[in-house]
Amino acid sequence: MRALPVGDGALLVELDSGAAAEALHAELLRRAAAHELPPVREIVPAARTVLLSGLADPARLAAELPTWTVPPLAGDRGGALDIAVRYDGPDLADVAALWDTSPEGVVRILSETEFRVAFCGFSPGFGYLTGLPPRYHVPRRATPRTRVPVGSFGLAGPYAGVYPRSSPGGWQLVGSSDAVLWDHSREPAALFAPGTSVRFVPEGAR
Amino acid sequence: MSDRAITVVRAGALSTVQDLGRPGHAHLGVGRAGALDEPAHRLANRLVGNGPEAATVETTLTGCAVRAHGTVTVAVTGAPCPVTVDGRPVAWGAAVRVPDGSVLDVGAPTHGLRGYLAFSGGVDVEPVLGSRSTDVLSGLGPPPLADGAVLALGAPRPVPAGPDAVPFPGPVRELVLPVLLGPRDDWFTDAALRTLASGGFSVSAASNRIGMRTEGPALERAKEGELPSEGMVLGAVQVPPDGRPVLFLADHPTTGGYPVVGVVPERWLPAAAQAVPGTPVRFVPRRPRAAAVAPGQAAP
Repeated sequence: MRALPVGDGALLVELDSGAAAEALHAELLRRAAAHELPPVREIVPAARTVLLSGLADPARLAAELPTWTVPPLAGDRGGALDIAVRYDGPDLADVAALWDTSPEGVVRILSETEFRVAFCGFSPGFGYLTGLPPRYHVPRRATPRTRVPVGSFGLAGPYAGVYPRSSPGGWQLVGSSDAVLWDHSREPAALFAPGTSVRFVPEGAR
Repeated sequence: MSDRAITVVRAGALSTVQDLGRPGHAHLGVGRAGALDEPAHRLANRLVGNGPEAATVETTLTGCAVRAHGTVTVAVTGAPCPVTVDGRPVAWGAAVRVPDGSVLDVGAPTHGLRGYLAFSGGVDVEPVLGSRSTDVLSGLGPPPLADGAVLALGAPRPVPAGPDAVPFPGPVRELVLPVLLGPRDDWFTDAALRTLASGGFSVSAASNRIGMRTEGPALERAKEGELPSEGMVLGAVQVPPDGRPVLFLADHPTTGGYPVVGVVPERWLPAAAQAVPGTPVRFVPRRPRAAAVAPGQAAP
C-alpha cells in the first residue's frame, strides 16, 4: 500500500491489485459508517487505487493507513442484483472465439460468474464489474464504436459493464439489457454502486 | 414558489445555471460541476439577498440578455462588463432593480471570461442530486441557456440595505498557478518538471468547463502507456499524450488514465476560470506537505 499526496487535501492510495483496492474501499466505507474516519468529501475507488478527497490532514491519514488491518473481501457476497440480459451482442461470436467456446458457452460462463462493481466512472452509473477469471479477460476492440446503444452489455480487460446511456465505446458487446442503470429521479440514482454484487441472468431464464 | 421568471433573449456563447455543485457523488461517476468562479457566484447572491446555494447564471465571453417577468433584483459579478436595463447603463457588481418586462443585457467582459448573474430568489430549475448546476461533461442538470427559454425564479428574500464594497478585478497579465507535485510526477522526466516550471504556457482556446487547456511546450514522459483508471480531483493537472497540461475545472471526469503531474489548490481555480485564451500561464511547482511523510515507513 502506497499513499500518494494529491494536492493539499487528498490522498491517492495505491494497492497491488484490484482486489486489494476493492477490499480497502469496503473497509473505508465501514470505517466511515462507524465514524472512525476523519471527514472526507469523496471516496473514489478505481482500478488499483482509492482516492480520498476533502481531507483536513492527509499526511496524518497517510501515516495511519499502513497500520490498518484490511480484511479481504468476503467470498460469499449475498444479496446479488439480478440483471436480465439478451445475448444479442455484435461481438458475441468474437468473444466465443477468444474464449475457445461457443456463444452458448459464453452465456453459461457469464451466467455462472459472480460479478461485483469495483468502481464507477466514464459516465454517471457506468460500473466496472470484476469477477471474470483472467483467462476470460478480452482486449478492447481495435476500433471503438462511435455509438454503443444504451443497455449494451460489454467486456473489456478484466471488466464487464452495461452502458447507462448511448455513447462511444470500445468494449466487446455480448448482449443487451433493459435495466435502467441510471435515473437521477430515482433513489438511488445508480443501480451499480461500488461494492454491488451482480448476476447476469439470460432473459427468459428467470 | 413565486411566479417570477426570466426569458432568455440572448443566450450568449455558453450560459449555464450554476450553484455550489454536487460534490459527494464521484464514486458513481458523477462530477461536481458548480460555479467555476465560486467567490463571484457567492458575491452575486449576497448582493441580491440570496443564500450561497441559490443558482446563478454563469456566462462565457459574450454575456447574455434576459427579460424579467415580475420585478427582479439582479447583480452581475465575475468578469467586469457593461450592464444595461432596456439599453440604459446600470451598475456592475451591485443590486439592480429590473422592472417587469424590462431586458437586462450583460455585455462582453472588458477583461476576464465568466460573468455571474444572480436573481433575487435564485434560478429555480429542478435540482439533480441536490444541485441545479449544468455539468457539460455528463449532461446532468439543466441544458445550457437557449434563446427563448424560460427559467422560473424562487421566492425572493429582502435585499441587503448596505452596499457591499465590490472589488473590481483588474486585468490579469499572467496567470500564476502554484502546483503541488504528484501523485504521478514520477511519470515525467526531470527535464519535463523543469519545463513545467519555466515553459511559456498560455491558455488554449480549446478550454472549457471541464478543463483549462494550455498551449506551450510538451512535457516529456519518463514512462509510456496509460495508467489504470484512477480518481481525479478538482485542480488536477493532467497530461494527455500530446504533453500539454490540462487543468481540471468543475466538470472534470471523476476518473482518468492519463498521469496527473500535480494539483493546483482549489483557491487558485477561480483565477484560472477567468483567464481568457492567450493569457500567459506560469506554473510554480513545489512538493506537497504530505510528501514529508514517507507512507509505509513513517508508521511507528
